[in-house]
Amino acid sequence: MTRQFLRKFYLCLIFIILYAPIVTLMVLSFNASKSRAKWGGFTLKWYVQLFQNEAIMEALYLTLILSFLSALIATVLGTAACIGINRMSKLSQSVIMGITNIPLLNAEIVTGISLMLAFIAFGIDLGFTTVLIGHIAFNVPYVILSVMPRVRQTGNASYEAALDLGATPLYAFFKVILPDIMPGILSGFLLSFTMSLDDFIITYFTKGRGINTLSTKIYSEVKKGIKPEMYALSTLLFLSVLLLLIAINFLPSKQKEKRQSEIHT
Amino acid sequence: MNKKAFQKYLITGPYLFWMVAFTIIPLCMIFYYGLTDKTGAFTLDNVLAITSLEHAKALWLSLLLSLASTAICLIMAYPLAMILKSMSVSQHSFIVFIFILPMWMNFLLRTLAWQTLLEKNGVLNTILSSLHLPKQNIINTPYAIIFGMVYNFLPFMVLPIYNVLIKIDDNVIHAARDLGANSVQTFLRVIFPLSLPGVVSGITMVFIPALTTFVISNLLGGGKIYLIGNIIEQEFTTAYNWHLGSGLSLVLMAFILINMLFTFKFDGTKGAVL
Repeated sequence: MTRQFLRKFYLCLIFIILYAPIVTLMVLSFNASKSRAKWGGFTLKWYVQLFQNEAIMEALYLTLILSFLSALIATVLGTAACIGINRMSKLSQSVIMGITNIPLLNAEIVTGISLMLAFIAFGIDLGFTTVLIGHIAFNVPYVILSVMPRVRQTGNASYEAALDLGATPLYAFFKVILPDIMPGILSGFLLSFTMSLDDFIITYFTKGRGINTLSTKIYSEVKKGIKPEMYALSTLLFLSVLLLLIAINFLPSKQKEKRQSEIHT
Repeated sequence: MNKKAFQKYLITGPYLFWMVAFTIIPLCMIFYYGLTDKTGAFTLDNVLAITSLEHAKALWLSLLLSLASTAICLIMAYPLAMILKSMSVSQHSFIVFIFILPMWMNFLLRTLAWQTLLEKNGVLNTILSSLHLPKQNIINTPYAIIFGMVYNFLPFMVLPIYNVLIKIDDNVIHAARDLGANSVQTFLRVIFPLSLPGVVSGITMVFIPALTTFVISNLLGGGKIYLIGNIIEQEFTTAYNWHLGSGLSLVLMAFILINMLFTFKFDGTKGAVL
């Protein structure tokens, strides 16, 4: 009995620690006072002002475009690479997987600095393109880690059977391999998108002066005080993701079971 | 056969090009800058600069804080993972969801929110004083930084351990109990050794970001506590001494390498997280 109680208590404690800052930010987004230290009454004005604040909207737009493009390109590069790697010799496989692990195990600050040094040394101006390149570089390994197990599972037999039956390699790929590895591709894409969206350090070192994503904009505002519109925006983003995920969880149970078995494999 | 070989390199090619151009060559640039001076001549001064008092102190503090936060994460995460394992399997995706969800709110904002909570007149102290407990002065101290590290990196410890624990066959545990092991013995001799890959991969995923962070120390340390990450960041963004910054990064990379060897020795793979 006490054991059960202790378990519940511990879970609650961790839950509070994880979600206390999020609740705080949501409360602050309704705070009429500009200072985050005191409560000045309930207001919705930050939500109204948010949509008139061009700098924030621009940063939001840039962040979304960047995350989407980098996740998309990383997914294409990574998926193609997985299929190729799977057909290579054991030695080439382990060399390439070793390289894949570098950005995962390396410190973000080192990755960020190294990219910045390389871009400047080769005379590439820092800007949107360099941030995009950097994001793709750290996203591809995540795609490979999600897609590779699927590719290994699928094996070559059905693909070769399709070829024997007269399918062109491209047709066989789209009809046989792709449907099989789709869940891996999707989770790789989502993981990449999330990592890009939340990234600060690599963006910070590769962005140059002209542009800001939401993260770098927040960091530049830390000393002057964060604009409450930012709290409003993050509350909106958080709630929309929450609703989306709840909606996915309430899908017809057949699909849900399928998803769950996929998570386990 | 030749055509087939050509094909597999053709589809892997873009990825390999990307990794060489934007991961390996940039890393070589750090070596180049770190081992040369402004005139381009070879020198070890930038690396040896770590022995200067200011830098050595920052590195020592970083090691101390990151080891402490890794240990706290492990102590907090292991029981948590055990509790989560005892819950039903159908809740698996929900559990992962609970830990991933906070990441959808910007991590800088989440960390900043702790300022509001831990401040002198913040939420925590208001609660403490209403309970007639002494106020705690946490913000802008190394403890706040440890707190921030634990908060930010805890999910990276919980998920790998949890993912390994749920794969342990319950029959193995039952067998240990049938053979007369008590619950402590079962844990020490069966469950813990089996969960080691998850533990090792969790340690790596917490230790490296904690060792190298400059953001958490900046946000919760009040800008007065310098970790090695802060020193390197400043060499690049305000002092513009790239050679020194790269030299110090090389020292950091040595620690990362040691950690990687440790990881491979215990065969903890990064894939355990996914």
